[in-house]
Amino acid sequence: MKLKLATVALGAALAAGPVMADLVFPSLSYRTGPYAASGIPFADGYADYFTLLNERDGGIGGVPIRVVECETGYNTEKGVECYESTKGEGALLYQPLSTGITYQLIPKTTADGIPMHTMGYGRTSAKNGSVFSHTFNYPANYWDGASGAINYLLEENGGDLSGKKIALVYHNSAYGKEPIRTLEELSKKHGFELVALPVDHPGQEQKSQWLQIRRDRPDFVLMWGWGVMNQVAVQEAANIRYPMENFIGIWWSGSENDVLPAGEAANGYKALTFHNVGSDYPLYDDLQKYVVDSGKAAGAGDQVGSVLYNRGIYAAMLAAEAARKAQEISGNADITAADMRDGMEALEITEARMAELGLPNFGPAFSVSCENHGGDALVGVTQWDAASKTWSMISEFKPTDSDVIGPLIAEDSGNYASENNIEPRC
Amino acid sequence: MFYREAGDFKTSYIDDNQTFPIKFDRYRYYVVLAVAFGIIPFVMNDYLANALLLPFLIYAIAAIGLNILVGYCGQVSLGTGGFMAVGAYACYKLMTAFPDVSMFIHVILAGGITAIVGVLFGLPSLRIKGFYLAVATLAAQFFLVWLFNRVPWFYNYSASGQINAPERDVFGIVITGPNASAWATYLFCLIFLTICAIIARNLTRGTTGRTWMAIRDMDIAAEIIGVNPLKAKLTAFAVSSFFVGISGALFFSVYLGAVEVGEVFGIQKSFLVLFMIIIGGLGSIFGSFAGAAFLVTLPVVLKVVGADWLGWPTDIVAHLQLVIVGALIIMFLILEPHGLAQLWRLAKEKLRLWPFPH
Repeated sequence: MKLKLATVALGAALAAGPVMADLVFPSLSYRTGPYAASGIPFADGYADYFTLLNERDGGIGGVPIRVVECETGYNTEKGVECYESTKGEGALLYQPLSTGITYQLIPKTTADGIPMHTMGYGRTSAKNGSVFSHTFNYPANYWDGASGAINYLLEENGGDLSGKKIALVYHNSAYGKEPIRTLEELSKKHGFELVALPVDHPGQEQKSQWLQIRRDRPDFVLMWGWGVMNQVAVQEAANIRYPMENFIGIWWSGSENDVLPAGEAANGYKALTFHNVGSDYPLYDDLQKYVVDSGKAAGAGDQVGSVLYNRGIYAAMLAAEAARKAQEISGNADITAADMRDGMEALEITEARMAELGLPNFGPAFSVSCENHGGDALVGVTQWDAASKTWSMISEFKPTDSDVIGPLIAEDSGNYASENNIEPRC
Repeated sequence: MFYREAGDFKTSYIDDNQTFPIKFDRYRYYVVLAVAFGIIPFVMNDYLANALLLPFLIYAIAAIGLNILVGYCGQVSLGTGGFMAVGAYACYKLMTAFPDVSMFIHVILAGGITAIVGVLFGLPSLRIKGFYLAVATLAAQFFLVWLFNRVPWFYNYSASGQINAPERDVFGIVITGPNASAWATYLFCLIFLTICAIIARNLTRGTTGRTWMAIRDMDIAAEIIGVNPLKAKLTAFAVSSFFVGISGALFFSVYLGAVEVGEVFGIQKSFLVLFMIIIGGLGSIFGSFAGAAFLVTLPVVLKVVGADWLGWPTDIVAHLQLVIVGALIIMFLILEPHGLAQLWRLAKEKLRLWPFPH
């Protein structure tokens, strides 16, 4: 700990010293409060990948990376303070990991010309890049998640969900309310009944919601939860002996931290995902060698290989690739936030590139364009095995129902454009 | 030597009744105003505005409002967050319904609407007192947050249930939205704070304030000497909610820009404002300022010192912050139960005698 403190202090001293060319990636993390269980692994993964690039390659394109961490506690007021305090350092990209902070930052980042990447969260209609110029949400968004879950259930039930009852347990916030619109449309299309059960922040009180589930016996339960809410929900589901294989969480409700407290009872719980699980990738050998073994891992260093850690790695990897693209386009190694935005818009992730980075088959291939800031929306399903304590993919990455989502995105982004007098760019 | 009444002759009742009867105090007040209006706007940047000054100004308005109710009238309230939410949502509905009207009018109207709601929830105070009233206002807090979450009309049927402040101006200067400049938002809030503070100060010095204090000190005795408890309590609720509503409207429209009611105006907000007036000093306008400044700046200062200068891990700093703020609150309550305002009062007494303490 002392060594770590010393290195961090030294790093800060060096960073505060002479002005060097560096690429600044602020990390608005939360390692405290009721959402810490979800925030810590992501922040660790995000920081570790950049540490790896610095240690192994000397940064991106020869320019070192500086990660500025700021604690938000998943609180929007602190998030705003963090944004204001870090943007002056030459921030290239924001990833707030909070839908509430995202809503706050969409207009601010656009006005300041700094891109924001909300990977699998935030405002879904930001997929429409011609309205949301500085906001990106590739590779998948909440409405893809909703549709992906329904598609998976359709597949399991022979393509027919009519007459079934599906409950949605959601965090009563902008985040949890996001999928309701899509699920309502889908329920009309496929003829199932949707029951929405809100859970208030922070989510420790869910007795009444699960009592209702016990009484109504819905065929399937979907969950949009985060932080401590996930653990409580899985435990409550176990308490009422709800069949776990009919309980599907969004990708934010599918990490080790969420299922471990319920022990054996959580076996069979499913969660959506947009990237692969586990640590069986060549990249992890490098991580072990350059970051973990040399004591440079962020936080306690005990999260390596967990689902949310992987997601942090993935987020950092996409950011680094976009920065590389930006360097290529601008011909300048020390890029600005505007270059970064152009790089993100031209980003193309291929299978070959993923393999080159040491993450073969980790995530789907996709490309970003001016019209489409949301990638190709491929969603997979994972399942928890309590005996071996591992998540495994049970359904490959599959496309979602763009017939339903497309018009909804056009409508919502159209509303935003008319409210804020935005001319479509492309 | 500098700070005393001697030699400062008053020749009219108006002079004798002014807010700051001591010359030194009066000039200090003018200097503070001059710095706040004349100098700070020119050295303003986004960080200073959004991290320190805007929250301070807005919380100070809320603290003045709550201080009128709790400190001056003795009616304990835990509904501040809910009333701020009323101000925020009223402001949002007005902003979206009448886009061409000046923000000044919207904010004042939002305060007025909150005053009406406050009076409604103040009615039980005629029958119940103390802890029981605190519970009744707690019910208001939860009811109002539930209402704004439940009824889509309040958030204009937006998919996320959030309200977002559109761009609005005052005399052509953009005040809300991402393109508002820091100095404009600062001055806008400062004007409201100054006016609110002057109104509150003069209300509490006059008949209204005296009836509030009579009710606070002993309601039966007050009634016997001719104070109408109905009028005193309801005016306290109305004035208090008016200020709290203004602060809620500013909090949403100028400071945050996007609000989710459960998170921003939850029970924590009620407690935060209550702590501000307890630490600052109950029954003191200066105390409201001091308490707001203390609780707004302390976390930021600790963060800057811990994370930015010393380079400690952010989670350790965040945890330390809780420990230090908590310890300071307890220390203050033990060493100075009457808050920062009492320290200020003592300092003034000492100054009056200085340099001859006997």
